[in-house]
Amino acid sequence: MKFDTPAGINPIDRMKVVGVAHDRVDGKFKTTGMAPYAYERHDVAPGQLYGFILGSAIAKGHIAAIHTTHAESAPGVRAVVTYANAGKLGKGSKNTANLLAGPEIEHYHQAVAIVVADTFEAARSAAALIDVDYVRGTGHFDLAAAAPTAPLHSEDKDKSKPAVLDRVGDFEAAFAAAPVTLDATYTTPDEAHAMMEPFATVASWSGDKLTVWTSNQMIAWAHDDLAQTLGIAKENLRVNSPFIGGGFGGKLFLRADAVMAALGAKAAGRPVKVAMTRPMMFNNSTHRPATIQRIRLGATRGGKLTSISHISTSGNLPDGSPETATAQTKLLYAAPNRLIGTRLAVLDLPEGNAMRAPGEASGLMALEIAMDEMAEKLGMDPVEFRIVNDTQEDPEKPGRLFSQRQLIRCLRDGAARFDWSARNPRPGNTRDGDQLIGLGVATAFRNNLNVTSGARVRLGHDGVVTVETDMTDIGTGSYTIIAQTAAEMMGVPLDRVVVRLGDSSFPVSAGSGGQFGAGSSTSGVYAACVKLREAIAQNLGVNSADAVFEDGHVRSGNRRVALADAVRGGEIVAEDTMHWGDLDKEYQQSTFGAHFVEVAVDAFTGEIRVRRMLAVCAAGRVLNPKTARSQVIGAMTMGVGGALMEELAVDTRFGFFVNHDLAGYEVPVHADIPHQEVIFLDEADDKVSPMKAKGIGELGLCGVAAAVANAVYNATGVRVRDYPITLDKHLEKLPALIQALTIRNVCEKAK
Amino acid sequence: MTVAAIPTKSVRAAPSPPPGAMPLALTINGEHHRVEVDPRTTLLDLLRDHLRLTGTKKGCDHGQCGACTVIAGGKRINACLSLALQHDGDKVTTIEGLGTPDRLHPLQAAFVKHDGFQCGYCTPGQICSAVAVLGEIKAGIPSHVSADLTAPMRATNAEVRERMSGNICRCGAYSNIAEAIAEVAAA
Repeated sequence: MKFDTPAGINPIDRMKVVGVAHDRVDGKFKTTGMAPYAYERHDVAPGQLYGFILGSAIAKGHIAAIHTTHAESAPGVRAVVTYANAGKLGKGSKNTANLLAGPEIEHYHQAVAIVVADTFEAARSAAALIDVDYVRGTGHFDLAAAAPTAPLHSEDKDKSKPAVLDRVGDFEAAFAAAPVTLDATYTTPDEAHAMMEPFATVASWSGDKLTVWTSNQMIAWAHDDLAQTLGIAKENLRVNSPFIGGGFGGKLFLRADAVMAALGAKAAGRPVKVAMTRPMMFNNSTHRPATIQRIRLGATRGGKLTSISHISTSGNLPDGSPETATAQTKLLYAAPNRLIGTRLAVLDLPEGNAMRAPGEASGLMALEIAMDEMAEKLGMDPVEFRIVNDTQEDPEKPGRLFSQRQLIRCLRDGAARFDWSARNPRPGNTRDGDQLIGLGVATAFRNNLNVTSGARVRLGHDGVVTVETDMTDIGTGSYTIIAQTAAEMMGVPLDRVVVRLGDSSFPVSAGSGGQFGAGSSTSGVYAACVKLREAIAQNLGVNSADAVFEDGHVRSGNRRVALADAVRGGEIVAEDTMHWGDLDKEYQQSTFGAHFVEVAVDAFTGEIRVRRMLAVCAAGRVLNPKTARSQVIGAMTMGVGGALMEELAVDTRFGFFVNHDLAGYEVPVHADIPHQEVIFLDEADDKVSPMKAKGIGELGLCGVAAAVANAVYNATGVRVRDYPITLDKHLEKLPALIQALTIRNVCEKAK
Repeated sequence: MTVAAIPTKSVRAAPSPPPGAMPLALTINGEHHRVEVDPRTTLLDLLRDHLRLTGTKKGCDHGQCGACTVIAGGKRINACLSLALQHDGDKVTTIEGLGTPDRLHPLQAAFVKHDGFQCGYCTPGQICSAVAVLGEIKAGIPSHVSADLTAPMRATNAEVRERMSGNICRCGAYSNIAEAIAEVAAA
């Protein structure tokens, strides 16, 4: 099916199952420990051995010699694989660095060997006996040092064209003429996905056929890239990943666990299971790259923006891509004069790549502080300042409208709900005992993407509808919304639908990423269900155009037939793929929201506590309000982490992330997160898909950190432009503290 | 004590006990187990790899995330920080011992109702921890945020959040988990 004209009325609009807050269909398995994750597959591939990966101890250079004799002769060891005996390997099209190092080392903790042994303890012990002679090379690890000479990055696929800044109007002239201006630089640090389930794979060969039970968000990408890396035919490879313990972008790509498990299993002649150790994950895999962002805003005294410039610099390995932190700035606010671009430095740190809301998450961390600063300069309320500069068309392509854009309503509804009018616009002036209280707001914005997505649907003898697609559920709720979609389309209750996900033997879907999963994968299921309805109608001899599927029956005119009657002659199977036309070119498809945060900052210690959080989201139809809300509160939680604690500390001498475990890399815990409130505007966007739904899982993160930062500023009057806002960055400047100390000194003198 | 009434299951460390393996007997979810393990084996790996009780998760293997929380001798512990041999004679409860998909423990049911999880990987640890937290509050054990160390403890939002903070949920289901625990605490 191709979606190339706005959706009319369709069976999803009944919203008997879709749009209703259902519990997760996999909930009882996850809460009882019965959902099988990759490393736990005792049910497959008998005789599994244990693999342990050794990571490089240097960031750049090469291996002069690798001595494995001691490891190979250690008790219980079955095989040791390094570049020296792995055979020729390719590189996955989505990987920047190779997943097995040698002799060249591209980054710290790049895998250099796998030890396969009878037990985990034996494999781990033997890995410590491998002796590697490294020759360290010269690397670049310091973004601040590399930024001044970092070249502009071209978004054009044709790399022969010179990279240019994205220009509209005459930014320089307008900025120079603006009566009110802001020119500020913000930094965001490298961040880690830190999903709870480590990278893990069970690999089993049968002749030249390989099966991997792994943890991956994008089955088709893993399938392509593992086949390409190992140099095997795609039809000889099966990838299975039904349950994934979190990804956030970290499991979008083929990673070392799968490659090393496959190599280990080949060498040992037995199935091998591998889980990457937590301390290895941070430097072995990908991360959200740090940015340095310069933002210039020029406005009239009335608060109308006349000029916007946003230049972001990030780093990556050679041939890597930039953090596209300026993406939202092209579309978010009106201004006739614009200058936007990204610069990319070559750094020899581990590979930078997508983490939840790549681009916008980092970009809004900076832009939405800049908007707060500008509102203060103008003496305007930050909510009103954003509303005044709203645009209903693409600022770079006047006349190109948004498919739906209710940002103003998000801001207004949120302000009313959050009691925003009680905010004191004078920062550092609201106290609750020893606590400085502040309120902050930020816009949430993230583009909607649609990705080709297929599914197979079968109506069985028992009347059960089974959906098969290689879509994944990384905690997003795919199992549930796909079941809801099929139930709505086929007119059966939710418990009459079985959903099977995450297997390369199923039709290729969108996969989970870029907040395109929910809208795209359910659209693929919609397409397959349309075909299944046609086949059933044909079987029953009714006209599919006017057939109504409801309550387990098909109704057409005066006829009403049980669905089960259609499968007397055997089950009916239909398969289709949703393809997308040009509606995304005709209309800009984006999602919107507003985040409101209240913080309390201890006047004496500078400790920051989030007290209240509210998100108002406008993202088309909400397929399951319960799981969608969970996506948003989870993203808000990650946003608090980004604002207040998350930072991979770079050792710029040796080129690695120092705090590479969950004690050193801090993420929010229970005590950090208060009750969170989420409101969805009642929308249905007919320009995006027959589901009329857009993504929400990344929107929830976009802007959160800035809302926290703005609330902290409102509390303290100290502006911190370098994330995360740790208390050392504002403690000495806290006016309340200075004032308190002054009063104490005066009192003591008076005694 | 006698365990004659409890079925005894003899499980060998897969695939065969390595040289130096040591015998161990313990009761898990009411079932008695005799095993021989490499002394380096953690309680967590004994559960997951040897006894195939994979409901208990390995998130970090360093006591930093709480995904491996089980209840041993009545107290919640990180199974990754404890060697299996330290638990000779112990009674251990894991997520599998609390409830099944068809007969959920009240906390398991509350987690489903309040959507107190997303990817599900930290969930067994969160639930085991929550069971123990409610027990600790009932037993009057104070926490860092208890204003009065001798007054009866109540399962307030602040108390529960403080006590649950050793269980990381990267999906960020905290707000919902707090509501699930509050519902069971009030029941």
